[in-house]
Amino acid sequence: MKVLIPTPLLSYTGVREVDAEGATLDAVLTDLDRRYPGIRFRVIDEQGRLRRHVRFFADGGQIFDPAHPLRADDTLVLVQALSGG
Amino acid sequence: MNGSEGTIMVLVATRKGAWFFHSDTARRTWRVEGPQLLGQIVSHAVLDPRDGRTLLAAARTGHLGPTLFRSTDLGRHWSEAVQPPAFARAPQGTAGRTVDHTFWLTPAPAGEPGCWYAGTSPQGLFRSTDGGVHWTPFSCLNDDPQYIRWMGTVQDGTPDGPKLHSIIIDPRDPAHLYIGMSGGGVHESRDAGRSFAPLLNGLEVVEGFDRADPSFHDPHCIRMCPSAPDRLYQQNHCGVYRLDRPGDEWVRIGRNVPAEVGDIGFPLVVHPRDAERAWIFPMDGTDVWPRTSPGGRPAVYGTRDGGASWQRLDRGLPPQQAWWTVKRQSMCADGLDPLGLYFGTTSGELWTSADEGEHWQCIARHLPEILAVETGHPSAAAT
Repeated sequence: MKVLIPTPLLSYTGVREVDAEGATLDAVLTDLDRRYPGIRFRVIDEQGRLRRHVRFFADGGQIFDPAHPLRADDTLVLVQALSGG
Repeated sequence: MNGSEGTIMVLVATRKGAWFFHSDTARRTWRVEGPQLLGQIVSHAVLDPRDGRTLLAAARTGHLGPTLFRSTDLGRHWSEAVQPPAFARAPQGTAGRTVDHTFWLTPAPAGEPGCWYAGTSPQGLFRSTDGGVHWTPFSCLNDDPQYIRWMGTVQDGTPDGPKLHSIIIDPRDPAHLYIGMSGGGVHESRDAGRSFAPLLNGLEVVEGFDRADPSFHDPHCIRMCPSAPDRLYQQNHCGVYRLDRPGDEWVRIGRNVPAEVGDIGFPLVVHPRDAERAWIFPMDGTDVWPRTSPGGRPAVYGTRDGGASWQRLDRGLPPQQAWWTVKRQSMCADGLDPLGLYFGTTSGELWTSADEGEHWQCIARHLPEILAVETGHPSAAAT
């Protein structure tokens, strides 16, 4: 599927739109990390929890669970939430 | 010294990025380079003393998880660690710990090129053997129930979170390590980190608490004397101490600092060639702990006799109404002769002394809050 990368993570991918595979959000992020080592830990912690200020969207909705199923024709959007002062 | 003849680099890590200052050995003029990694909270930036070209910077932003940046061309290009320090995945049904940020970086001695140690917040110890690209945890410490109890909770830690710091590798024996935990105390390993034991005798704790419990100990900064590795100095939450091995009793040498200044503070610097000499930066640790210079009059205090006496070193520093202070990683020496001393302030000023603390000069103002200051000697190939 397509994955859209936010600006602060372009240092890993070099481009805004990349491909990754997987049946769940967790699996897609694992595959993304295989292609761009180190990127997964910036958005999901070592206990498998989504980072507080990163948001994930697919199929028009926000995803809160790493086990959320995804389809090959989905577009996964990673968003850096600029919260705080 | 592993570096090109005549160059010195001061690495300033701040809450909003890193700045590098370059000079020759005369240290009269400085060239600033930066910002580097603008917007990243850089806890520590260190130039590898073994090759004079590899830079590691511990960083996180307010939005993403933590990482370590690495450069092999003095900051012209950076890349993130492939496997940054991270705790082990906790068993199903248990909470597990997560690294908030890497706080402290220590390169191993010359005999172990590419080997680095990292301390994190919350307290964790990690090691890399490939120059900082991949990091592995010390499970005996990070996952040990006894140690986790001694580490306490976020509520027991410093305002920026509890930390593992002051990772010291004995240059005579790389299997001999010391670490400090705020909170959690000072610990020693003689088997390359497979096991640790507390090293707390003689250290005071806040009145009313149990000295025997490492949970109540708060070392701020521990330094080993390069010229005499059996001597350690420590700036603690409860004073300044010295320990001479193989003894195990810390002695509170901070009692000899003038009482109106006190011996509370965060950084401590040792002389690389004279184990009798050390410098501290006392702060106001009375009442509610303002964490400012005592009376608004900042000063370094130096000893030439192992802490038996201390001299105030404030020539060039503001005489009054200066309410900043210096964090535990923000004061260092450069190894040159005469020894250069450096400190960065919470208000974003960088101060230097090219004569071992006798005179001070401000070489940068208006930087973000300074979190760490280190010196390095770039190799000729890297510059």
